[in-house]
Formats: sequence, structure tokens, C-alpha cells
Amino acid sequence: MDMMRPMPLPAVKEGAAPENAAIAMSVRDLRAGYGAAPVLKGVNLEIREKTVTAIIGPSGCGKSTLIRCLNRMHEAIPGATCDGEILLGGRNALAIDPVLLRREVGMVFQRPNPFPTMTIAQNVAAGLVLNGVRDRALIAETVEKSLRRAALWDEVKDKLDAPGVGLSGGQQQRLCIARALAVEPRVLLLDEPCSALDPIATGRIEELLIQIKDQLTVVIVTHNMQQAARVSEYTVFMLMGEMVEYGLTRRMFTQPADKRTEDYITGRFG
Amino acid sequence: MKRQFDADLEDLRARLLRMGGLCEEMVHYAVKVVVDRDDSHLSKVQEWERQVNGLHIDIDEVCLRLIALHQPAAGDLRLIAAAIKINSDLERVGDQAVNIAETGVYLLKEPKIKLGDIPRMVEVAAGMLKDSLDAFARGDVELARDVIRRDDEEDRLKSQTFNELVTLMQSDASAIQRGMDIILIARNLERIADHATNVAEDVIFMVLGKDIRHSAEKI
Repeated sequence: MDMMRPMPLPAVKEGAAPENAAIAMSVRDLRAGYGAAPVLKGVNLEIREKTVTAIIGPSGCGKSTLIRCLNRMHEAIPGATCDGEILLGGRNALAIDPVLLRREVGMVFQRPNPFPTMTIAQNVAAGLVLNGVRDRALIAETVEKSLRRAALWDEVKDKLDAPGVGLSGGQQQRLCIARALAVEPRVLLLDEPCSALDPIATGRIEELLIQIKDQLTVVIVTHNMQQAARVSEYTVFMLMGEMVEYGLTRRMFTQPADKRTEDYITGRFG
Repeated sequence: MKRQFDADLEDLRARLLRMGGLCEEMVHYAVKVVVDRDDSHLSKVQEWERQVNGLHIDIDEVCLRLIALHQPAAGDLRLIAAAIKINSDLERVGDQAVNIAETGVYLLKEPKIKLGDIPRMVEVAAGMLKDSLDAFARGDVELARDVIRRDDEEDRLKSQTFNELVTLMQSDASAIQRGMDIILIARNLERIADHATNVAEDVIFMVLGKDIRHSAEKI
């Protein structure tokens, strides 16, 4: 080797986020609300595949409504309205049976909600069983795989038959993530998944999101801007039902393009 | 309602400008030792250096505290990042001023020697330092660009001074020690101009989020 030639340095890792990544979901002119009150006023968004997209914005900006539209939970609310286009891999999500759609677009909520009467293993297997899977070996295999992906396996492998609700809050939330992952969704939606958790449990969930994004697309609604900055490659900033800015997280948190984004992320309003 | 964080950022700006003001005074009086051949200014310069060193540590502490407690983003983050860098540039300006004053005191014991373009170099470097600090205070990108442009003039004057003194030293061996000292002072002034250039680059980053260091892009 030519000793005079400097060793090539590894390329600076820019947090992956290829700008030409395939589009997992497209939202076009999405308008949604409750009765006559509009919440989303024409949102356009392209969610890139196998990335983490964070949605931030002050309370009432429509971020939870947006995420709930993505797997059609929103329209389950009496009086809710939803208009526009949502595409999942090119298919019209609004024309797919909502139950089938939710298999591909899973959701984890703010408060961990394991099924109270089920064991840890039954909780994870619930989606499979509901879908008619009876093969015990396949179920056991999926339970283990999903719990591993949710970074919970080591903590629960010896008590799979214990009640799910007996776990700590952070573990329960990871159990819910394992439950969502068990049906192999293409997209995982998380609505403020850490707001009821302590910083250690929050850190575990964030690590887990970073791990699983190689396998699926993650969309997370969060009030915690540092969390958005830590886990996501793309950030959406919403304000009063409109999408103000959407772009690479690393850019948004150092050099936002819109004054309103700057004011929000620097804590000057909201 | 004014947020505490905004008041803290204001305080950070004020500390940096206080430090910058001290550095300007230090350069002014350090050069007087050389040009006016007056060693009474050395003690002032040394006292200000102690103050600058204190502020150097204070400002770093303030920046770290603001980052740790507030997790700043966007413009606030850029201000704090710029402040950390400007802080270290100003501390170096202070050191260069002390070097100039100390060399000046040494030169007083020797016969007078010609100063080459030193007076003009002082003018350019001091002007760049002042304007870089004004650009920081006002977030004035145009003024910052102007400071960066002036650095070439300082480099040219330094080379001219080098050449002039080398010629002198070649013809008069007794002038070598003094000639070397003047060259060192020219080098100190050129470094002060470089630090002012760094400050100006940081101002542009702070305001526009654009990193122009080491770029071929013309200002």
C-alpha cells in the first residue's frame, strides 16, 4: 500500500433519508373534520418508504386527525368527515376494507392498551388469531419474532403466559408495538407513543423505532420536538389544519424554511 | 411575555460583545506600544487579557448550560453554535494582542526600525475586527461579507512587510533580531484579521444557516 496516500475516510452518515426513496403513502388534498368543523384543510404529503416521519405541531393543529385518517380510524368517530385521496403503494386506501387496510397500516396509541384478559403471548398473537391463523408453531414463531423486533423478548421470554397488563408502562407499550408488528404491516403509525412513559422507557421505544425502520415505514405524532429530531428522517410541521413545512429533519431543526416553523421549534409559540 | 431563554440569549450576546470590545481595546493599545514606543500600555493589555480569559470560560459555560437546559433548535441553536466559535476566536485575538505588546516592549530597548506596512495592517485588522463584531451584534450579513473580502488586503500587506524586512535584514545583519520581531508582529496582525474573518463567517452561518467556510463560493 502506498503509505503516502491518506486512508480514505468513511463517508459522513447523513442519517440515511434518501430523497429519492419510494413513496409508501401519499396524501392528496386531505380534508377532514368533525361535523361542520374542519380540522384538516387540504393536506398534501408523501411519506417515504422505510423511513421515520415525525408529525409535530401545537395542540389542535390536526396531527392526530391526520394520522388517524391514514388507517381510517378517524371515520369511525360519529360525525367525522374525510375527503381527499390517500394512496397506499398506489392503491386508494379509502376504497380498501378498513379492516384489511389496518393490517397493512398498524397503529399504536398514546396509552398502552394491551388486551386486559390476555397473556403476553396472546396479546402479540391476537392479530394473527383474528385473521384465522391456527398453526401453533407459526404463532409461537411470530410471537417471538415480534417481541424481538419490539426489543421486549429478553424481558418477557420466561413469562409469556403472564397477563400483559402486569408489565410496566414502557413494556406494555412495547408489547403493543409487538402486537402491531405481528401482522407484518407496511406502515406503523404511532400517536404520541411515549407521552405516558418515563425517559428510560421513552429511550427504549426510540431505539426500537430506529431499529425497525429498516423493515417498515414509521409515522410518529409527537409533542416532544427533541424526540422528533432524534428518531425521524423527515418532519412534518402542522399548524391550524395546514401543513406548513415538510422536509428533512436535520434541516428543519437547524434551518427551517418557514418563520412559523422556526417560531414553533424554538418555543416562541405553541 | 419575554421568555427567560430569550433573556439568556441576550445576555450571551452582551457577554460576547463585551469580550469583543475588550479585544478591540487590547489591539489598539498593543499596537501603541510598538508604534508610539510607549510601554505604559502593556499592563493595561495584560489586565484586559485576564478579563478576556475569564469571559472565555464564562461564555463556554453559558453556551453549554443553554444547550443542556433548553435543547435549542434552528436560529437559537445557530446563535449558540456561532457564539462558541466566536468566543474562541476572540480569545485568540486577545493572545495575539498580548504578543504584539510584549514584542513591542522588547523592541523599545533596541534602536528604531522601520515598520513596513504595519500601520496600514493595524488599520485593516482593527477595522475588520470592529466590523465583524458589529455584524454579529446586528446580524448584518452584508457587513460580514465585506469583512471577509478585506482579508486579502491584509494578507497582501503582510507579504509586502515580509519582503521589505527581509531585504533590510539582508543588507544589515544588526537589524535581524528587530526585523524578525516586526515580522512576528505582522504575523500577529494577519492572524487577528483571520480571526475576524472567522467571526464574519460565523455571523453568516448564524443568520442564514449557510456554512461558507472553505468554500470556493465568492462572497
